[in-house]
Amino acid sequence: MNPQGWTREQMAQRAALDIPDGSYVNLGIGIPEMVVQFVPEGREFIYQTENGLLGMGPDPQPGHEDPDLINAGKKPVTAIPGAAFFHHADSFVMIRGGHIDICVLGAMQVSASGDLANWSTGASDAIPAVGGAMDLVAGVKTIFVITQHQTKNGEPKIVEHCTCPLTGKGVVDRIFTNLAVIDVTSEGLAVRDLAPGISFDYVQERTPVSLKLDIKK
Amino acid sequence: MIDKTIASAADGVSDIFDGSTVMIGGFGEAGSPIELIHALIDHGASGLTVVNNNTGSGHVGLAALIETGNVRKMICSYPRTANSMVFPDLYRSGKIELELVPQGSLAERIRAGGAGIPAFYTQTSVGTVLSEGKEEREFDGKTFVMERGLKADFALVKCRCADRFGNLLFNKTARNFNPIMCTAANITIAQTEQIVELGGIDPEHVVTPGIFVDRVLLLENPAQESKLVAEGITYP
Repeated sequence: MNPQGWTREQMAQRAALDIPDGSYVNLGIGIPEMVVQFVPEGREFIYQTENGLLGMGPDPQPGHEDPDLINAGKKPVTAIPGAAFFHHADSFVMIRGGHIDICVLGAMQVSASGDLANWSTGASDAIPAVGGAMDLVAGVKTIFVITQHQTKNGEPKIVEHCTCPLTGKGVVDRIFTNLAVIDVTSEGLAVRDLAPGISFDYVQERTPVSLKLDIKK
Repeated sequence: MIDKTIASAADGVSDIFDGSTVMIGGFGEAGSPIELIHALIDHGASGLTVVNNNTGSGHVGLAALIETGNVRKMICSYPRTANSMVFPDLYRSGKIELELVPQGSLAERIRAGGAGIPAFYTQTSVGTVLSEGKEEREFDGKTFVMERGLKADFALVKCRCADRFGNLLFNKTARNFNPIMCTAANITIAQTEQIVELGGIDPEHVVTPGIFVDRVLLLENPAQESKLVAEGITYP
Protein backbone atom coordinates (compact mmCIF):
# COMPACT_ATOMS: atom_id res chain seq x y z
CA MET A 1 0.00 0.00 0.00
CA ASN A 2 1.68 3.14 -1.20
CA PRO A 3 -0.97 5.80 -1.86
CA GLN A 4 -0.12 8.44 -4.44
CA GLY A 5 -2.57 11.11 -3.30
CA TRP A 6 -3.77 13.67 -5.82
CA THR A 7 -3.17 13.33 -9.57
CA ARG A 8 -1.56 16.18 -11.54
CA GLU A 9 -5.02 17.43 -12.53
CA GLN A 10 -6.27 17.22 -8.94
CA MET A 11 -3.23 19.20 -7.72
CA ALA A 12 -4.05 21.95 -10.22
CA GLN A 13 -7.70 21.80 -9.19
CA ARG A 14 -6.77 22.05 -5.51
CA ALA A 15 -4.58 25.10 -6.20
CA ALA A 16 -7.35 26.77 -8.23
CA LEU A 17 -9.64 26.47 -5.19
CA ASP A 18 -7.31 28.80 -3.27
CA ILE A 19 -7.31 31.57 -5.92
CA PRO A 20 -9.82 34.31 -5.03
CA ASP A 21 -12.36 35.61 -7.53
CA GLY A 22 -11.03 38.48 -9.64
CA SER A 23 -7.36 37.57 -9.26
CA TYR A 24 -4.72 38.47 -11.83
CA VAL A 25 -2.76 35.25 -12.21
CA ASN A 26 0.47 34.22 -13.92
CA LEU A 27 0.90 30.49 -14.51
CA GLY A 28 4.23 28.71 -14.95
CA ILE A 29 4.89 25.90 -17.40
CA GLY A 30 3.79 22.32 -16.62
CA ILE A 31 1.18 21.41 -14.00
CA PRO A 32 0.50 25.11 -13.23
CA GLU A 33 -0.85 25.52 -16.79
CA MET A 34 -3.64 23.07 -15.89
CA VAL A 35 -5.10 25.52 -13.37
CA VAL A 36 -7.05 27.16 -16.23
CA GLN A 37 -9.14 23.99 -16.55
CA PHE A 38 -10.37 24.18 -12.96
CA VAL A 39 -11.63 27.70 -12.31
CA PRO A 40 -14.22 27.21 -9.54
CA GLU A 41 -17.86 27.97 -10.40
CA GLY A 42 -18.67 31.65 -10.09
CA ARG A 43 -15.07 32.91 -10.16
CA GLU A 44 -13.27 34.84 -12.88
CA PHE A 45 -9.47 34.91 -13.13
CA ILE A 46 -7.45 37.02 -15.57
CA TYR A 47 -4.30 35.32 -16.81
CA GLN A 48 -1.16 37.26 -17.60
CA THR A 49 1.56 35.78 -19.76
CA GLU A 50 4.83 37.67 -19.41
CA ASN A 51 5.57 37.88 -23.12
CA GLY A 52 2.87 40.53 -23.31
CA LEU A 53 -0.77 39.49 -22.90
CA LEU A 54 -3.29 40.11 -20.13
CA GLY A 55 -6.44 38.07 -20.71
CA MET A 56 -4.97 34.88 -22.07
CA GLY A 57 -7.71 32.52 -23.24
CA PRO A 58 -7.90 28.79 -23.93
CA ASP A 59 -5.87 26.92 -26.52
CA PRO A 60 -6.81 27.74 -30.12
CA GLN A 61 -8.80 25.28 -32.24
CA PRO A 62 -6.54 23.14 -34.43
CA GLY A 63 -5.74 25.09 -37.60
CA HIS A 64 -6.34 28.46 -35.89
CA GLU A 65 -2.92 28.82 -34.28
CA ASP A 66 -1.34 32.26 -34.76
CA PRO A 67 2.48 32.43 -34.49
CA ASP A 68 2.12 36.02 -33.24
CA LEU A 69 -0.21 34.98 -30.39
CA ILE A 70 1.74 32.79 -27.98
CA ASN A 71 2.37 32.33 -24.27
CA ALA A 72 5.59 32.48 -22.30
CA GLY A 73 6.24 28.83 -23.17
CA LYS A 74 5.97 29.86 -26.87
CA LYS A 75 2.80 27.79 -27.32
CA PRO A 76 -0.13 29.18 -29.35
CA VAL A 77 -2.90 30.66 -27.18
CA THR A 78 -5.94 32.89 -27.64
CA ALA A 79 -6.91 36.28 -26.24
CA ILE A 80 -10.26 36.71 -24.45
CA PRO A 81 -12.58 39.67 -25.17
CA GLY A 82 -11.18 42.44 -22.96
CA ALA A 83 -7.59 41.29 -23.36
CA ALA A 84 -4.66 43.70 -23.69
CA PHE A 85 -1.30 43.43 -25.44
CA PHE A 86 1.74 45.35 -24.20
CA HIS A 87 5.50 45.42 -24.52
CA HIS A 88 7.94 43.61 -22.25
CA ALA A 89 8.78 46.53 -19.98
CA ASP A 90 5.07 47.07 -19.20
CA SER A 91 4.65 43.33 -18.71
CA PHE A 92 7.35 43.28 -16.07
CA VAL A 93 5.98 46.46 -14.49
CA MET A 94 2.91 44.31 -13.79
CA ILE A 95 5.09 41.53 -12.38
CA ARG A 96 7.87 43.43 -10.59
CA GLY A 97 5.61 46.26 -9.47
CA GLY A 98 3.42 43.94 -7.42
CA HIS A 99 0.33 44.19 -9.62
CA ILE A 100 -0.10 40.45 -10.25
CA ASP A 101 -1.93 38.76 -7.37
CA ILE A 102 -0.85 35.14 -7.67
CA CYS A 103 1.81 33.24 -9.55
CA VAL A 104 1.68 29.45 -9.72
CA LEU A 105 5.05 27.86 -10.44
CA GLY A 106 6.69 24.47 -10.61
CA ALA A 107 9.66 23.60 -8.41
CA MET A 108 12.77 21.49 -8.27
CA GLN A 109 13.13 22.21 -4.54
CA VAL A 110 11.41 24.35 -1.90
CA SER A 111 13.09 24.98 1.44
CA ALA A 112 11.55 25.18 4.90
CA SER A 113 11.91 28.96 4.78
CA GLY A 114 10.27 29.30 1.37
CA ASP A 115 13.38 29.46 -0.78
CA LEU A 116 12.58 28.28 -4.31
CA ALA A 117 14.85 26.51 -6.81
CA ASN A 118 13.17 25.99 -10.17
CA TRP A 119 15.42 27.29 -12.95
CA SER A 120 18.63 25.29 -13.01
CA THR A 121 19.95 21.98 -11.76
CA GLY A 122 23.35 23.62 -11.45
CA ALA A 123 24.91 20.89 -13.61
CA SER A 124 28.15 22.17 -15.12
CA ASP A 125 27.21 21.33 -18.72
CA ALA A 126 23.70 22.81 -18.52
CA ILE A 127 22.85 25.87 -20.60
CA PRO A 128 21.71 28.34 -17.95
CA ALA A 129 18.28 29.79 -18.78
CA VAL A 130 16.22 31.78 -16.29
CA GLY A 131 13.45 33.55 -18.21
CA GLY A 132 11.04 35.45 -15.97
CA ALA A 133 11.14 33.14 -12.93
CA MET A 134 13.27 35.42 -10.75
CA ASP A 135 11.12 38.43 -11.61
CA LEU A 136 7.91 36.58 -10.79
CA VAL A 137 9.03 35.38 -7.35
CA ALA A 138 10.46 38.81 -6.50
CA GLY A 139 7.43 40.82 -7.55
CA VAL A 140 4.19 38.85 -7.45
CA LYS A 141 2.22 39.22 -4.20
CA THR A 142 1.55 35.53 -3.55
CA ILE A 143 3.62 32.60 -4.84
CA PHE A 144 2.00 29.17 -5.10
CA VAL A 145 4.11 26.15 -5.99
CA ILE A 146 2.67 22.96 -7.47
CA THR A 147 5.05 20.02 -7.36
CA GLN A 148 5.21 16.30 -6.76
CA HIS A 149 6.09 15.71 -3.12
CA GLN A 150 9.14 13.67 -4.13
CA THR A 151 11.19 13.21 -7.29
CA LYS A 152 10.73 10.13 -9.46
CA ASN A 153 13.65 8.59 -7.54
CA GLY A 154 11.96 9.23 -4.20
CA GLU A 155 14.16 12.18 -3.25
CA PRO A 156 12.41 14.86 -1.23
CA LYS A 157 11.59 18.16 -2.96
CA ILE A 158 10.70 19.95 0.26
CA VAL A 159 14.04 20.30 2.01
CA GLU A 160 15.78 22.13 4.85
CA HIS A 161 18.05 23.97 2.40
CA CYS A 162 17.93 23.93 -1.40
CA THR A 163 20.97 22.40 -3.10
CA CYS A 164 19.96 23.60 -6.58
CA PRO A 165 20.64 27.27 -7.48
CA LEU A 166 17.95 29.53 -6.01
CA THR A 167 15.29 31.40 -7.94
CA GLY A 168 14.51 33.49 -4.88
CA LYS A 169 14.93 33.48 -1.10
CA GLY A 170 11.90 33.22 1.19
CA VAL A 171 9.46 33.74 -1.65
CA VAL A 172 7.08 30.74 -1.55
CA ASP A 173 3.78 31.13 0.31
CA ARG A 174 1.96 27.84 -0.31
CA ILE A 175 3.00 24.44 -1.69
CA PHE A 176 0.54 22.08 -3.36
CA THR A 177 1.95 18.55 -3.62
CA ASN A 178 0.28 15.27 -4.52
CA LEU A 179 0.08 14.55 -0.79
CA ALA A 180 -0.73 17.81 0.96
CA VAL A 181 -1.17 21.58 0.94
CA ILE A 182 1.59 23.17 2.99
CA ASP A 183 2.00 26.81 4.00
CA VAL A 184 5.38 28.42 4.57
CA THR A 185 4.95 30.38 7.83
CA SER A 186 7.29 32.23 10.14
CA GLU A 187 6.94 29.25 12.52
CA GLY A 188 7.83 26.72 9.83
CA LEU A 189 5.87 24.51 7.45
CA ALA A 190 2.19 24.04 8.29
CA VAL A 191 0.08 21.33 6.65
CA ARG A 192 -3.29 22.89 5.74
CA ASP A 193 -4.85 20.01 3.83
CA LEU A 194 -4.19 16.34 3.12
CA ALA A 195 -5.05 14.38 -0.02
CA PRO A 196 -7.75 11.72 0.47
CA GLY A 197 -6.32 8.64 2.18
CA ILE A 198 -3.08 10.41 3.12
CA SER A 199 -2.16 10.74 6.79
CA PHE A 200 -0.07 13.49 8.33
CA ASP A 201 2.51 10.88 9.41
CA TYR A 202 2.74 9.60 5.83
CA VAL A 203 3.57 13.13 4.62
CA GLN A 204 6.02 13.72 7.46
CA GLU A 205 7.88 10.47 6.70
CA ARG A 206 8.48 11.78 3.16
CA THR A 207 9.57 15.26 4.27
CA PRO A 208 12.98 15.81 5.88
CA VAL A 209 11.71 18.96 7.57
CA SER A 210 9.51 19.09 10.65
CA LEU A 211 5.87 19.75 9.70
CA LYS A 212 3.04 21.04 11.83
CA LEU A 213 -0.54 19.84 11.34
CA ASP A 214 -2.75 22.91 11.22
CA ILE A 215 -5.87 22.27 9.17
CA LYS A 216 -8.44 25.03 9.52
CA LYS A 217 -11.82 23.68 8.56
CA MET B 1 10.59 66.01 -46.14
CA ILE B 2 10.96 63.25 -43.65
CA ASP B 3 10.82 59.83 -45.24
CA LYS B 4 12.36 57.00 -43.28
CA THR B 5 11.43 54.30 -45.76
CA ILE B 6 14.32 52.41 -47.34
CA ALA B 7 14.49 50.26 -50.44
CA SER B 8 16.09 47.06 -49.20
CA ALA B 9 17.11 45.10 -46.13
CA ALA B 10 20.72 45.44 -47.28
CA ASP B 11 20.38 49.25 -47.16
CA GLY B 12 19.00 48.96 -43.66
CA VAL B 13 21.99 47.18 -42.16
CA SER B 14 24.83 48.48 -44.38
CA ASP B 15 26.44 50.63 -41.64
CA ILE B 16 26.40 48.01 -38.87
CA PHE B 17 30.07 47.92 -37.95
CA ASP B 18 32.34 45.28 -36.45
CA GLY B 19 31.96 45.16 -32.67
CA SER B 20 28.48 46.74 -32.67
CA THR B 21 25.89 46.02 -30.03
CA VAL B 22 22.69 45.03 -31.85
CA MET B 23 19.33 44.60 -30.16
CA ILE B 24 17.08 42.20 -32.07
CA GLY B 25 13.37 42.17 -31.26
CA GLY B 26 11.23 39.08 -30.85
CA PHE B 27 10.27 36.45 -28.33
CA GLY B 28 11.06 33.21 -30.06
CA GLU B 29 9.82 33.71 -33.62
CA ALA B 30 7.06 36.15 -32.66
CA GLY B 31 8.24 39.61 -33.67
CA SER B 32 11.62 38.41 -34.93
CA PRO B 33 12.83 40.54 -37.90
CA ILE B 34 14.10 37.55 -39.81
CA GLU B 35 14.76 39.32 -43.15
CA LEU B 36 16.81 42.05 -41.46
CA ILE B 37 18.78 39.38 -39.58
CA HIS B 38 19.49 37.59 -42.85
CA ALA B 39 20.64 40.89 -44.38
CA LEU B 40 22.99 41.34 -41.43
CA ILE B 41 24.40 37.86 -42.09
CA ASP B 42 25.04 38.85 -45.72
CA HIS B 43 26.56 42.16 -44.59
CA GLY B 44 29.00 40.23 -42.42
CA ALA B 45 29.82 42.52 -39.49
CA SER B 46 31.77 40.57 -36.87
CA GLY B 47 32.41 40.67 -33.13
CA LEU B 48 28.79 41.58 -32.45
CA THR B 49 27.09 41.73 -29.08
CA VAL B 50 23.46 40.71 -29.61
CA VAL B 51 20.60 41.39 -27.20
CA ASN B 52 17.58 39.11 -27.59
CA ASN B 53 15.48 37.09 -25.15
CA ASN B 54 16.53 33.81 -26.79
CA THR B 55 19.15 32.40 -29.15
CA GLY B 56 16.99 31.42 -32.11
CA SER B 57 15.97 28.05 -33.46
CA GLY B 58 17.05 25.78 -36.27
CA HIS B 59 19.53 27.31 -38.71
CA VAL B 60 17.70 30.48 -39.78
CA GLY B 61 17.27 33.97 -38.35
CA LEU B 62 19.06 34.65 -35.08
CA ALA B 63 20.41 31.09 -34.85
CA ALA B 64 21.94 31.46 -38.33
CA LEU B 65 23.52 34.77 -37.33
CA ILE B 66 25.05 33.09 -34.26
CA GLU B 67 26.18 30.17 -36.43
CA THR B 68 28.28 32.49 -38.63
CA GLY B 69 30.59 33.06 -35.67
CA ASN B 70 30.07 36.80 -35.95
CA VAL B 71 28.35 37.03 -32.56
CA ARG B 72 30.91 37.41 -29.79
CA LYS B 73 28.40 37.69 -26.97
CA MET B 74 24.70 37.10 -26.30
CA ILE B 75 22.79 39.04 -23.67
CA CYS B 76 19.58 37.11 -23.02
CA SER B 77 17.29 35.50 -20.45
CA TYR B 78 16.53 32.13 -22.01
CA PRO B 79 19.16 30.78 -24.41
CA ARG B 80 17.62 27.29 -24.51
CA THR B 81 14.59 26.31 -26.55
CA ALA B 82 13.27 23.12 -28.09
CA ASN B 83 14.86 23.82 -31.47
CA SER B 84 17.96 25.69 -30.39
CA MET B 85 20.76 23.70 -31.99
CA VAL B 86 23.41 26.32 -32.63
CA PHE B 87 23.99 28.16 -29.37
CA PRO B 88 24.44 25.21 -26.95
CA ASP B 89 27.41 23.75 -28.86
CA LEU B 90 29.13 27.12 -29.30
CA TYR B 91 28.58 27.95 -25.64
CA ARG B 92 29.87 24.60 -24.34
CA SER B 93 32.98 24.92 -26.49
CA GLY B 94 33.62 28.44 -25.18
CA LYS B 95 33.17 30.10 -28.56
CA ILE B 96 30.45 32.50 -27.46
CA GLU B 97 30.00 34.54 -24.32
CA LEU B 98 26.68 34.60 -22.45
CA GLU B 99 25.38 37.29 -20.14
CA LEU B 100 22.31 35.72 -18.52
CA VAL B 101 19.78 38.29 -17.32
CA PRO B 102 16.37 37.69 -15.74
CA GLN B 103 13.73 38.51 -18.35
CA GLY B 104 12.22 41.44 -16.45
CA SER B 105 15.64 42.86 -15.64
CA LEU B 106 16.53 42.56 -19.32
CA ALA B 107 13.38 44.44 -20.34
CA GLU B 108 13.93 47.12 -17.69
CA ARG B 109 17.61 47.47 -18.59
CA ILE B 110 16.57 48.17 -22.19
CA ARG B 111 13.82 50.56 -21.08
CA ALA B 112 16.28 52.37 -18.79
CA GLY B 113 18.88 52.57 -21.55
CA GLY B 114 16.31 54.20 -23.81
CA ALA B 115 15.29 56.61 -21.06
CA GLY B 116 18.83 57.77 -20.29
CA ILE B 117 18.88 55.99 -16.93
CA PRO B 118 22.32 54.44 -16.37
CA ALA B 119 21.32 52.06 -13.57
CA PHE B 120 18.45 51.11 -11.28
CA TYR B 121 17.75 48.83 -8.33
CA THR B 122 15.49 45.76 -8.37
CA GLN B 123 14.64 42.90 -6.01
CA THR B 124 14.84 40.42 -8.88
CA SER B 125 17.74 37.95 -8.47
CA VAL B 126 18.64 39.04 -4.92
CA GLY B 127 20.09 36.04 -3.08
CA THR B 128 20.78 34.11 -6.29
CA VAL B 129 23.88 33.44 -8.38
CA LEU B 130 22.72 36.05 -10.90
CA SER B 131 23.24 38.89 -8.39
CA GLU B 132 26.78 37.84 -7.50
CA GLY B 133 29.27 40.67 -7.95
CA LYS B 134 26.53 43.28 -8.32
CA GLU B 135 26.10 46.20 -5.97
CA GLU B 136 23.33 45.71 -3.39
CA ARG B 137 21.50 48.35 -1.40
CA GLU B 138 18.79 48.46 1.23
CA PHE B 139 15.63 50.47 0.64
CA ASP B 140 12.76 50.44 3.14
CA GLY B 141 14.21 47.39 4.87
CA LYS B 142 14.52 45.28 1.70
CA THR B 143 17.57 44.34 -0.34
CA PHE B 144 17.86 45.40 -3.96
CA VAL B 145 20.48 44.73 -6.59
CA MET B 146 21.79 47.30 -9.06
CA GLU B 147 21.31 46.62 -12.76
CA ARG B 148 22.75 48.77 -15.54
CA GLY B 149 20.75 50.37 -18.30
CA LEU B 150 21.43 48.82 -21.70
CA LYS B 151 21.94 50.70 -24.95
CA ALA B 152 22.76 49.54 -28.44
CA ASP B 153 24.28 50.88 -31.61
CA PHE B 154 21.48 49.35 -33.68
CA ALA B 155 18.08 47.75 -33.16
CA LEU B 156 16.41 45.45 -35.67
CA VAL B 157 12.67 45.19 -35.07
CA LYS B 158 9.56 43.82 -36.75
CA CYS B 159 6.16 45.44 -36.81
CA ARG B 160 2.80 45.12 -38.57
CA CYS B 161 2.23 48.68 -39.75
CA ALA B 162 4.28 51.86 -40.13
CA ASP B 163 4.23 55.28 -41.79
CA ARG B 164 7.04 57.36 -43.30
CA PHE B 165 7.59 59.17 -39.98
CA GLY B 166 8.42 55.80 -38.40
CA ASN B 167 5.31 55.49 -36.23
CA LEU B 168 4.79 51.79 -35.56
CA LEU B 169 2.00 49.35 -34.70
CA PHE B 170 2.73 45.77 -33.71
CA ASN B 171 0.81 42.49 -33.86
CA LYS B 172 -0.43 40.78 -30.68
CA THR B 173 2.36 39.16 -28.62
CA ALA B 174 4.85 39.86 -31.44
CA ARG B 175 5.17 43.31 -29.82
CA ASN B 176 7.29 41.97 -26.90
CA PHE B 177 10.77 43.59 -26.83
CA ASN B 178 10.40 45.52 -30.09
CA PRO B 179 9.07 48.88 -28.81
CA ILE B 180 11.60 49.21 -25.99
CA MET B 181 14.50 48.25 -28.24
CA CYS B 182 13.48 51.08 -30.61
CA THR B 183 14.10 53.52 -27.74
CA ALA B 184 17.46 52.09 -26.65
CA ALA B 185 19.36 52.01 -29.95
CA ASN B 186 21.24 54.75 -31.69
CA ILE B 187 19.80 53.59 -35.02
CA THR B 188 16.58 51.58 -35.23
CA ILE B 189 15.65 49.67 -38.38
CA ALA B 190 12.06 48.40 -38.56
CA GLN B 191 10.67 45.90 -41.02
CA THR B 192 6.93 46.26 -41.50
CA GLU B 193 4.22 44.30 -43.28
CA GLN B 194 2.42 47.48 -44.29
CA ILE B 195 3.17 51.17 -44.82
CA VAL B 196 0.26 53.61 -44.59
CA GLU B 197 -0.10 57.31 -45.38
CA LEU B 198 0.53 59.79 -42.58
CA GLY B 199 -2.59 59.82 -40.45
CA GLY B 200 -3.37 56.26 -41.41
CA ILE B 201 -2.41 55.25 -37.90
CA ASP B 202 -4.68 56.95 -35.36
CA PRO B 203 -2.37 59.02 -33.11
CA GLU B 204 -4.17 57.48 -30.12
CA HIS B 205 -3.09 54.04 -31.31
CA VAL B 206 0.57 54.64 -32.12
CA VAL B 207 2.64 52.19 -30.06
CA THR B 208 6.12 53.40 -30.99
CA PRO B 209 6.30 57.09 -31.93
CA GLY B 210 8.47 57.75 -34.96
CA ILE B 211 11.13 59.65 -33.03
CA PHE B 212 12.49 56.25 -31.92
CA VAL B 213 12.73 54.84 -35.45
CA ASP B 214 15.27 55.69 -38.16
CA ARG B 215 14.58 53.35 -41.06
CA VAL B 216 11.43 51.59 -42.23
CA LEU B 217 11.53 48.68 -44.65
CA LEU B 218 8.37 47.32 -46.27
CA LEU B 219 8.33 43.52 -46.22
CA GLU B 220 4.81 42.46 -47.00
CA ASN B 221 5.17 38.72 -46.56
CA PRO B 222 7.86 38.01 -43.98
CA ALA B 223 9.06 34.46 -43.59
CA GLN B 224 7.75 32.47 -40.63
CA GLU B 225 10.71 31.11 -38.71
CA SER B 226 9.00 27.93 -37.48
CA LYS B 227 8.01 27.01 -41.05
CA LEU B 228 11.60 27.45 -42.27
CA VAL B 229 12.83 25.33 -39.35
CA ALA B 230 10.22 22.63 -40.06
CA GLU B 231 11.30 22.59 -43.72
CA GLY B 232 14.93 22.15 -42.65
CA ILE B 233 16.01 25.38 -44.34
CA THR B 234 19.38 26.83 -43.44
CA TYR B 235 20.57 30.38 -44.08
CA PRO B 236 22.50 31.45 -46.07
